[in-house]
Amino acid sequence: MVSKKSNSNPANRRSVLKGMAAIGAASALPGFVPFAEAGTNEPIKIGFQVHRTGIGAAYGRWYDRTTKAAVKVINDAGGINGRPVEIIAEDDGTDPKRGAEVVEKFATLHKADIAFGTLFSHVVIGSAPRAGELKIPYFVVSEGHHVASGMLNRWTLQPGITDVKSQVQAMAPFVAANLGKKVTMIFPDFAFGHDHRDYFSAAIEKQGGNVIAKIAIPPTETSFTKYFAKIPRDTEVIYHVMVGPAVLTFVKEMGEFFGPSRPEIFGFIDSLEAVDLKTPGLEFLEGTYFWEGYNRYAQPDQSDVDRFYRAAVGIDNNGASVSDPKDVSTAAHMWGCWETLYVIKAGMEAAGYRGPKDRAALVEAVEAMTTMAEGREHPQGDKLFNGKTHQVFGHQNISRFEGGKLVRVHRTSIEDTLYPDEVDYTKMSF
Amino acid sequence: MEFGPHLILAILEGLVQASVLTLTALGLSLVFGVMRVVNVAHGEFFMLGAVFAYGVASSIGGAPVVGFVAALIIAPLLVGVLAVAADWLILRRLDHDPERTIVATIGMLYVIQQVTLMTYGPDAHPVAPPFNQRIAIPWFEFTGKGLEFYFPWGLSTTSYKLFVVAAAIVAGLGVWLLMARSRLGLILRATQLDRETALAFGIPVARVYALTFGFGAALAALGAVLVVPIQQAHYLMGGDPLLLSFIVVIIGGLGSLRGTVLAAVLIGMSNGIISVFFSPTLAKILATLLVAMVLVYRPQGLFGKKPA
Repeated sequence: MVSKKSNSNPANRRSVLKGMAAIGAASALPGFVPFAEAGTNEPIKIGFQVHRTGIGAAYGRWYDRTTKAAVKVINDAGGINGRPVEIIAEDDGTDPKRGAEVVEKFATLHKADIAFGTLFSHVVIGSAPRAGELKIPYFVVSEGHHVASGMLNRWTLQPGITDVKSQVQAMAPFVAANLGKKVTMIFPDFAFGHDHRDYFSAAIEKQGGNVIAKIAIPPTETSFTKYFAKIPRDTEVIYHVMVGPAVLTFVKEMGEFFGPSRPEIFGFIDSLEAVDLKTPGLEFLEGTYFWEGYNRYAQPDQSDVDRFYRAAVGIDNNGASVSDPKDVSTAAHMWGCWETLYVIKAGMEAAGYRGPKDRAALVEAVEAMTTMAEGREHPQGDKLFNGKTHQVFGHQNISRFEGGKLVRVHRTSIEDTLYPDEVDYTKMSF
Repeated sequence: MEFGPHLILAILEGLVQASVLTLTALGLSLVFGVMRVVNVAHGEFFMLGAVFAYGVASSIGGAPVVGFVAALIIAPLLVGVLAVAADWLILRRLDHDPERTIVATIGMLYVIQQVTLMTYGPDAHPVAPPFNQRIAIPWFEFTGKGLEFYFPWGLSTTSYKLFVVAAAIVAGLGVWLLMARSRLGLILRATQLDRETALAFGIPVARVYALTFGFGAALAALGAVLVVPIQQAHYLMGGDPLLLSFIVVIIGGLGSLRGTVLAAVLIGMSNGIISVFFSPTLAKILATLLVAMVLVYRPQGLFGKKPA
């Protein structure tokens, strides 16, 4: 061993450092993106910002399938204003910077009529300002509270999926009454998770409970036991919501951590979206509860609308692909794409939409909407749209894990999910 | 959790991390030591190991243990063969020039990652562990009646995690035996010491290089196969191991196997312990700070040797 630090062959160290710098530089390169050619002006073009790659990929695949299914049903029935709908899908890599670029491509390169379909909240927050500048209606399917909070702009709407604030507010009474009042929250460390943290904490306090620990986990994390060690011993209820490719690991390690002495557990199905609930290691969830936006498993009182929707999207009664029972869907979220497309259809028809110059009229037509009836256009149930906050409200489901399936035990009313307006977008100029 | 059980849990988690990191970093260190190639694609070979493990385990079916053992043998072998081919096709044509190979391995990183995305897809897939029993760990406390043992809440590990630690120790010993005791190791060390002289003594340096590159990649793949029943195979999983391996190799000393193992245990354990008690972000900050300190005050690394 040599203790002198001079003459230590700097070339080697330098080359390693260069390598590290190169990794950094290379990771900043944009992904490979094929440029589609602009088509004719005849069909109504909907730019679909899809998480094909990155941490949102499982959602992206099913958002894509649901969107295609809805567009097929719409086109088979004569399209919108007699014109066929064409989906122009672009991958945003579940990345906010790329998201803004994709919105720009829709507006300038593809000459799309509107942009649609974004789920992950950080991508929405990264893309919406660009949509506002380009004056292109941006219909997100994200669940984030960022639309109704007033953080975005008049061009951004969320008419097809409910937001986190309304969801958690409707869950808190059930949790406090049935599971316990001392809650430890485990959530992903970005905007969506922060919505959960802030609004559930407030909602449970109204029920006389409180959150005794808040554990934030980066959405790219791959191992979780180290976080579970922070759960206080006097926790009565674990409230978990997780996203990203490692969700299955997250839930499994939670089971291994608790062993035979688990507290009550309430989770958002996000923690197990696209995951087969019969996977070994998930048995400990028996008797725990989940929020579901849409029931993954067909319920005993299955409606005709649900049968129609499942057949159109191509999922079976277990919420898995009809062609591959191992390919489990993101059933609790993807219905939002279906309903959003029908809102767009209704909006364009009400506005007499003909082309990009009618974009403002389209936004105004959607803002004028109020109630939406349950039916093929709205298979998840009836809805109440708030034109001022650009946010829709609907029923929420709580399901119990029973024998590897989720059985609905409670369905909230729409009133349970309402809260005072925080913004009036209709007063903003276009 | 109380401090004692909390610390034990942190150490156990750190040990598992350190084990996998040791194997991955050994591969990177070996390639750098013998070939002077900074392999930026090393993390992708790790990822390929995990993806192949999923492929092998799911196509064989049957009991999880059969699929896992098959993956343990086949996946590193496949990755090794791929890496040998990459060396033969790409790196050899650049004469293993230190600067140009950096660019070439960045290219390999993207090619491997994108091909995986296009074939395997963007989803994460688990591999069933061959066995996985939860093991509760007892702790003690002094009460009025003297020493008492009890099982604290949450203090546990699984039999599979312990197996990962044991397997990494065995594999690490294997690498050491190979380098220090076998004829192949002698050839590798000779090539590392002086390429020209080794060539003059009739050592087929080009073949040694290809073999080393393959072996280094196979070590990363082996680490990945061990970790994939705990985590999951995903096309983006190569980033963290690459960064951590670089950190370990710089701290341990470029090309020094002993330093690499020691640094991997140090970084893995401190990562585990700091993550549990404070936050994973702080763990990364401290590791990076340590790298900066080593570069400033001891540029050859803790165990690095000055090349002759």
